[in-house]
Amino acid sequence: MPLRETAPKLSPDQYEKNFAEISPAMDSRQAAIEAARCLYCFDAPCIAACPTHIDVPAFIKKISTGNLRGSAREILTANILGHSCGRVCPTEALCEGACVMHEKGESPIEIGRLQRYAVDYVLDNKIELFSAGAPNGKRVACIGSGPASLACAAELAKWGYDVTVFDRNELPGGLNSYGIAAYKLRTADSIREVDLVRQLGVKFRQKMVVGADISFADLEKQFDAVFVGVGLGETWALNLPGEDLHGVYGAIEFIEETKVRPFNEVEIGRRVACIGAGNTAIDVVTAARRLGVEIVYLVYRRGEPEMPAFAYEYQLAKQDAVSFLWQTQPIRVLGQNGVVTGLECVRTQLGSPDAKGRRSPAPVPGTEFKLVVDMVVRAVGQKPATDFLKAIKGLEVNPDGTVKINDLHQTGNAKYFAGGDCTNGGKEVVDAVAEGMAAARGLDAWLGAPRGFS
Amino acid sequence: MADLTVKFAGVTSPNPFWLASGPPTNTGGQVMRAFDAGWGGAVWKTIGEPIVNTSSRYGAIDLNGVKMMGLNNIELISDRSPETNFREIYEVKKRYPKNLVIASLMVESKRESWHAMVRRAEDAGSDLLELNFGCPHGMSERGMGAAVGQVPEYTEMITTWVKEVARIPVIVKLTPNVISVTHIAAAAERGGADAVSLINTINSLMGVDLATFAPRPVVGGKSSHGGYCGPAVKPIALHLLSTVAKNSRIPISGIGGIGYWNDAAEHIALGATTVQVCTAAMHYGFRIVEDMIDGLSQYMDDRGFRTIENFRGRAVPNVKDWGDLDLNYKVIAKINAELCIGCQLCYVACEDGAHQCIESYKESAKKNAGGFGVHVPRIIEDDCVGCNLCALVCPVENCITMKEVDSGDAPMSWNDRVRQSSATLTLPFPSGD
Ligand SMILES: Cc1cc2nc3c(=O)[nH]c(=O)nc-3n(C[C@H](O)[C@H](O)[C@H](O)COP(=O)(O)OP(=O)(O)OC[C@H]3O[C@@H](n4cnc5c(N)ncnc54)[C@H](O)[C@@H]3O)c2cc1C
Ligand SMILES: Cc1cc2nc3c(=O)[nH]c(=O)nc-3n(C[C@H](O)[C@H](O)[C@H](O)COP(=O)(O)O)c2cc1C
Ligand code: SF4
Repeated sequence: MPLRETAPKLSPDQYEKNFAEISPAMDSRQAAIEAARCLYCFDAPCIAACPTHIDVPAFIKKISTGNLRGSAREILTANILGHSCGRVCPTEALCEGACVMHEKGESPIEIGRLQRYAVDYVLDNKIELFSAGAPNGKRVACIGSGPASLACAAELAKWGYDVTVFDRNELPGGLNSYGIAAYKLRTADSIREVDLVRQLGVKFRQKMVVGADISFADLEKQFDAVFVGVGLGETWALNLPGEDLHGVYGAIEFIEETKVRPFNEVEIGRRVACIGAGNTAIDVVTAARRLGVEIVYLVYRRGEPEMPAFAYEYQLAKQDAVSFLWQTQPIRVLGQNGVVTGLECVRTQLGSPDAKGRRSPAPVPGTEFKLVVDMVVRAVGQKPATDFLKAIKGLEVNPDGTVKINDLHQTGNAKYFAGGDCTNGGKEVVDAVAEGMAAARGLDAWLGAPRGFS
Repeated sequence: MADLTVKFAGVTSPNPFWLASGPPTNTGGQVMRAFDAGWGGAVWKTIGEPIVNTSSRYGAIDLNGVKMMGLNNIELISDRSPETNFREIYEVKKRYPKNLVIASLMVESKRESWHAMVRRAEDAGSDLLELNFGCPHGMSERGMGAAVGQVPEYTEMITTWVKEVARIPVIVKLTPNVISVTHIAAAAERGGADAVSLINTINSLMGVDLATFAPRPVVGGKSSHGGYCGPAVKPIALHLLSTVAKNSRIPISGIGGIGYWNDAAEHIALGATTVQVCTAAMHYGFRIVEDMIDGLSQYMDDRGFRTIENFRGRAVPNVKDWGDLDLNYKVIAKINAELCIGCQLCYVACEDGAHQCIESYKESAKKNAGGFGVHVPRIIEDDCVGCNLCALVCPVENCITMKEVDSGDAPMSWNDRVRQSSATLTLPFPSGD
C-alpha cells in the first residue's frame, strides 16, 4: 500500500551529497596540524572522560611523530571499535568536552577525527595489529553482534578463548550497521570494522535468533559461558488511535531502512512528523530532510530546554531546517483508506518540576490542531528485550527492564554475563564497548582460565 | 618619533637594519628592492674568486609545525665574478646613495690578492668592507673563511693587510666556531679593524634521512657539515655578542636569529649598533623590515629613547659572572588558578624534570563550561626552588609567574662567600664566553 504522497525522488548524486559525512576524514596535513596542537596533558581529563579510557595524548603524540601504527594500537587496545567511536561518539560530551583547550579559549582538539585518522591507516593498509591468543580450551558464545558483543569477543579472543557470535540480523555490527545515522557511519564501514574482530578468529553466525534458531539449552551445552549483548528491542508504542495506519513507523525501523536500502528505495512521505526529541528523533528528522522531505515536524511534549538530545545533535536538526513544535502532544494519527493523512495534536502546559526535576506536560483543552502529514515516526525510546531476557533461567531484570549484573557483569544466571544497551538502558557505542570489555574481564575471572597470549 | 639613524664606525646608516651577507644580497636587483622595502644597509654576498655550489644546499628543522626554527646551508661565497658584483655595487650606490653597501670579501691568504680586492671594492663605491673570516664549510678547506677566523694570528695578519690599503672602515666578521670569540675579536682589533660583526653560522649537521641514511641537505645521497642560523641560534649569538661587548669598545654589528624588532632590540641592548638579518629575509622576504622599523620605533617611543644610543648596551653591565650573582635572591612560582586550564604540564615537569615541588590536583574545585573538572595543581611553596621550569612549560600566558620573596638574608654571591671564608680553596670562575 503506497503512502498518500511521497517525497520526490532525488538524483543519486544528490542523495550522496545529502548523506555525505558530516565529519569527514582528515588528510595527513590536517592531522599533523591538529595533533601538534595537543598539549600532551599529564593525567589528561580526556582520558577520564572517555568511557574506554583511551590514552588520548599518547595516541595523538604518535600521530605527530608519524607512528600511525603505534597510534592505532594505542587506540584499538583500549577500544577495538575506535574507528566507529571516532565517527559517532558525542565527543563534545565526552573526551572533547573535557579538553583543556576550552579553558584556554581555543577550540578543543578534534580527538574523534584524529582517532579515526589513525585507525583508518591500519584499516586502509590492512595491517593486522592483534592476533588470537593461544587456545585456552574455553568456548564462549556472544548473543548479538553489536558493539558490546564485538568488544567482549575481541578481548576474549586475544586471551585464547574460542568465541562464536550469534546475531539475528543478516549483517553483523548491531546498531552500528543498522541504526547510526548514515552521515556519521555507513554500514560498509561498520562491516569493515567488524573484520578487525573476525581477524582474531571470532566466528560469526548471522541470521540466528537465539532462543529460536538455537535453544538456550544447546547454547549452554556447547559453551562454557555466554555474553548477552542484545541491546534494546523495538520502539515503544504511543497507544494513539490510528497508530496502526500505514505510514506510522518506529524510529529504529525507519532508520534501518535508510541504512540497508538504496536511498531512492526508502519509503518516505512528502511531509513527515516525528514524535520525540531525543538523539534518535534527531536522526529521524535529519534523515527525512536528506531524503527530500518537504517539511519535517519534530513534535515534543515539553519545551526546548527540556529536550534530551545533545546540543550538537539539535544544531544539526536546526541546520536542516526542521520545524520544531515544542509543548505539543500528539493525540491521534489521522488516516484515510488505511493510510496516514495527518496528526492531530494539542498544546501543553508544563507543570512544576517532579522529583527528577522534569516538568510534566498537561494538555491545554481547546488548543487542538491538525498537521497534514503523510508519515509519522515514533521516536520515544526503545523497549527492553524483555521477552528474550525472561527466557534465560535465573537472569533477573531491574524495574526499568535492564539486566541486573554484579561487578563482574555477571547476571542472575552465573553462566551469563551481560553488557551494553541491555544493561545500561541505552547509552552510546563507546559505553557498550567499555561494558563489553568489562564483561570479558569478569567472565575471564569467573572461568579462571589461564590467559593464552600468543 | 624615535630617530633610528645610527653612526657605525664613522658611517651613517638610515637605520640599524642591514641584510647580512647571503642569498638575499646576491644581486643588485635584490639589494635595490631591499632598500625600497626599508633596509638601511646590505652586506653583499661574499665576493671572491667565483665558486661552484652544490644542489641541494639548505636544510631546516621545523618544530611542532613551525617551519625553519633553524636553517643550515652548505653554500659557499658568490658564484658570480667580482666584476659583475662590483659593477652592480656601483649601480646600486649611484641610485641609493644614502643606503649603505658593505662589500663582503674573501680572498686567498695572499697580501697582494687582498690589496687588489680591497681596492676594487672601494672603487665600486662600497661604504664599508666586511672580511668574511667565518664561513665554516667549503672555503675553510681552501685556507679561507673559518680557517682564518679560528686562528687569532691569521685574523690579525689579514686584517693588517686590508688596513694597509683600505680608506673605508673595515668590519671583521667573526665565526662562533671557536673556543673564545673574544680572543679573535681582540686579534681583529690589533690588526686595526674598525668594527666586528658576529655571528657567522655555526657548524652543524641537519639530520639524517632514515630511509636512505643520507645526511641533510642531501647531495647525491651524501652531505657535509654546514652553517646553522635562524631563530634557534639567537641565544648563542647574544651570548657571544655580550662577551665581545664586555671586553671591548669596538663597534659591533649583531647577527644571528633576528626575525623581529624585539630580537634586534635585544642585540642592541647587548651592545650592537647595527644588526644583520639573513634567515628571516630568506623565509619571509624583504618586507619583514617594515615591522622591524615600526616596532622598534614604537618601543623606543614608549620607553622614551630618542636614539639607538640611548639604550644601546644597557643590558651589558647586567651580564655577570655566575659567581657574582646573589645567592640570597629568591623567587617562587605562583599559579593563577583562574587562568589555569588544568593541563598539569607544570606538575609533571617539576615532578619528573625538576624538584618535586608541585602537587597534582586533589579534586577539581573548578569546572569547565561542560561541567568537566579542571585539574589545577598546587605549588608547594616551602619546597619551590624557583627554577622557572613550570612557568616555562605553562601554555597559558601569565598563568604561572615567579614572585620575588624576601629570603630575609642580605645579598651574598658565591664570590663574596669565597672572599669571606678564610680557609677556602678559590676556584677561578671562567669569565663565561
Ligand atoms: C537511532 C540510533 C542512533 C544512535 N546514534 C548513536 C551515535 O551517533 N553515537 C553513539 O555513540 N551511539 C549511538 N546510538 C547508540 C548505540 O547505537 C548503542 O548504544 C549501541 O549500539 C549499543 O550496543 P549493543 O551492542 O549493546 O547493542 P546493539 O547495537 O543494539 O546490538 C544488539 C544486537 O543483538 C542482536 N540480537 C538481539 N536479540 C537477539 C537474539 N535473540 N538473537 C540473536 N541476536 C540478537 C541484534 O540484532 C543486534 O545486532 C544510537 C542508537 C540508535 C538507536
Ligand atoms: C644560505 C646562506 C648563505 C650564507 N652566505 C654567507 C656568505 O656568503 N658570507 C657570509 O659572511 N655569511 C654568509 N651567511 C651567514 C649569514 O650572513 C649570517 O651570518 C647568519 O646566517 C646568521 O644570521 P641569521 O640568523 O639572521 O641567518 C650565509 C647564511 C646563509 C643561510
Ligand atoms: S572513543 Fe569516543 S570518547 Fe573515547 S576518545 Fe575516542 S572519540 Fe573520544
